[in-house]
Amino acid sequence: MATEILMPALSPTMEEGTLAKWLVKEGDDVTAGDVIAEIETDKATMEVEAVDEGKVGKLAVAEGTEGVKVNTVIAVLVEDGESADDVAAPQPAAASDVTESDTKEPAPAIVPATVAVANDPDIPAGTEMVSTTVREALRDAMAEEMRSDERVFVMGEEVAEYQGAYKITQGLLDEFGAKRVIDTPITEHGFAGIGVGAAMAGLRPIVEFMTFNFAMQAIDQIVNSAAKTLYMSGGQMGAPMVFRGPNGAAARVGAQHSQCYAAWYGHIPGLKVVAPYGAADAKGLLKAAIRDPNPVVFLENEIMYGQSFDVPKMDDFVLPIGKARVHKEGNDVTLVTFGIGMKYAIEASQALSELGIDAEIIDLRTIRPMDMETVIASVKKTNRCVTIEEGFPQSGIGAEIGMQIMQEAFDYLDAPVIRITGKDVPMPYAANLEKLALPSAEEVVQAVRAVTYK
Amino acid sequence: MAKAKTTKKPAHPKTPDPVEFTKEQELAAYRDMLLIRRFEEKAGQLYGMGFIGGFCHLYIGQEAVVTGMQSALIEGDQLITAYRDHGHMLACDMDPKGIMAELTGRQGGYSRGKGGSMHMFSKEKNFYGGHGIVGAQVSLGTGLAFNNKYTENGNVCCTYFGDGASNQGQVYESFNMAKLWDLPVIYIIENNRYAMGTSVQRSSALTDFSRRGCSFNIPGIEVDGMDVRAVQAAGELAADWCRSGKGPIILDMQTYRYRGHSMSDPAKYRSKDEVQKMRAENDPIERVKQRIEQNKWASEEELKAIDKEIRAVVAEAADFAQSDPEPDPSELYTDILIPVEA
Repeated sequence: MATEILMPALSPTMEEGTLAKWLVKEGDDVTAGDVIAEIETDKATMEVEAVDEGKVGKLAVAEGTEGVKVNTVIAVLVEDGESADDVAAPQPAAASDVTESDTKEPAPAIVPATVAVANDPDIPAGTEMVSTTVREALRDAMAEEMRSDERVFVMGEEVAEYQGAYKITQGLLDEFGAKRVIDTPITEHGFAGIGVGAAMAGLRPIVEFMTFNFAMQAIDQIVNSAAKTLYMSGGQMGAPMVFRGPNGAAARVGAQHSQCYAAWYGHIPGLKVVAPYGAADAKGLLKAAIRDPNPVVFLENEIMYGQSFDVPKMDDFVLPIGKARVHKEGNDVTLVTFGIGMKYAIEASQALSELGIDAEIIDLRTIRPMDMETVIASVKKTNRCVTIEEGFPQSGIGAEIGMQIMQEAFDYLDAPVIRITGKDVPMPYAANLEKLALPSAEEVVQAVRAVTYK
Repeated sequence: MAKAKTTKKPAHPKTPDPVEFTKEQELAAYRDMLLIRRFEEKAGQLYGMGFIGGFCHLYIGQEAVVTGMQSALIEGDQLITAYRDHGHMLACDMDPKGIMAELTGRQGGYSRGKGGSMHMFSKEKNFYGGHGIVGAQVSLGTGLAFNNKYTENGNVCCTYFGDGASNQGQVYESFNMAKLWDLPVIYIIENNRYAMGTSVQRSSALTDFSRRGCSFNIPGIEVDGMDVRAVQAAGELAADWCRSGKGPIILDMQTYRYRGHSMSDPAKYRSKDEVQKMRAENDPIERVKQRIEQNKWASEEELKAIDKEIRAVVAEAADFAQSDPEPDPSELYTDILIPVEA
């Protein structure tokens, strides 16, 4: 019986990949374990092995095809006497989209084209925009700053020879060498402390955590050493450095790998906390973070790494830390969020516009110092607010925003502020439960309907 | 066929003989250690009078360790330690007035009253704290040494910690990277036998701290931490070791603290006799004094004059620390972040 070989998922967040190379051709005999193809994900080039033996009856996806969805049939193995046409069910249309096409199917855009993006005042009009992934933007930011300042170096697990566990540091070792791109052992507490000590002595470390979940091993050094030394030394010395890495839930990695630390670090005086959404903000804010004379916790998101956004082509694109951005202007309700929370806000705003509700979306971009001025100004206009975050509800970012709005704009509110958050449970593994544990655009829509009484 | 690569074991150094001190060296050591002791006695008094609050950890008994180490260093070498830090600051030539005023939380303190006994720094004197979290300074000191290697400044970092901190995980994470990257760091374990109230025997599976680097191929030597000459000899050996690019080294300083862990510790975990015996037979200052007297390098009157001079320095520091005003309330919100121009 013919066996279908499907495009494999090679990481928790992989949705598609490039079929880089076939190592077999139609008619070849293969046995289980033979490497038959190479597949490029946005993180790595992986080999695909045959899991059955048989004859390659058909290569369904041409070599070099980009954007091949996970679970697409890429080849068919047949037994003697069979032909590939014996495969029972033809594949759904999804597969045929990619089989014949050499053109790149665009990744599902997270930013729906219909949303009007408010002009970012930081980008001069007429600047050429280049489509860039968040991953590339972060790498470019580090490379640019390393070129201009010898004191800047990056250290962390797998940042050098492996080119980054999530490929954020790809190419940096080649350009800057092992002195400045440093593989550490798996020892977060120790290397975070070494980074802080190096910063106290005058260097500008970028400490990469493979994820911020692992930074809990190192949180004492971040909070007690990096954040407090300037104060405790009466201004004599501090820790000019960046702690960065993916934060929050990725996909199906369970409770210990899926937690948002925005509220944790946002609590600490002496730290700056940045959480960008798109690639331009990722680049401009990471450059600012590296130059900042204070310790900056830079919260990224694994799901966003592969997403493409327009990034201005500028020699030195730096954004100010501590400034929120009005992503979309609106009059009926203020949605305040940051990082991947923007995804829910944008989806919800589309659904809301169909209901005739015009939402304003504020992307905080920086958690600390928080740009409440922008939020308060918006709430005074819309009189309603819904906050969105993936973190837990108690003492979260939404709790802080709600409190500040109550203090600063109580008389302007026409309804209580509602916070949409991750549920108050450890992140479950099961796909359906995980989905329930995270916020959804639908929850945002319902919250907006509640505060607008519609 | 090529030979299999073997890890070459460097010849591990042995405890060197104590430095033969000249008259000037003995008198300088006497003076330096006496300053620490008198300063600490005064700090204890001020604590009792309510001028110093919170925690206050005295260095009395351990003076020879930092005094001997400092004389082995060169300009630019850094020092970092935990919260029993007053002696280290004095040994770094920081101003006793500024230290005492920090203890009393006054504006003239090194951190303008915002750090306190456990958190003090002097960039000018390469003193990097003053850290309140047991063991945290070991990673930080390794980071200072990382800077020395990165900038090729030829300096070493003296990273001090106690027998108690020696059981913290990040110490070993730091050891591993320090050796992996051959960082110029001297790990000085001030083994005063008690981690707060728990004796080394009750807290440590391996009580020979000079061997704590074995898993990382970091050599260690045991040093009589009550003999300032032995400490200096070990310090010189260790500094040479680091400066010649061989990486980190551990000095297991056998020392003793006479006072409790902090001012509020009645030290019931050891006998009075034990403390008394150490004071009588092994006091680091008495040992120097005896040698000075034996060699007739100073008369009793001359030694008394030194003592008087030091008491005057300490009294001046104490007066300043009591009369200097508290920090201005506006200091509450300074030094949290360095301002960045938009």
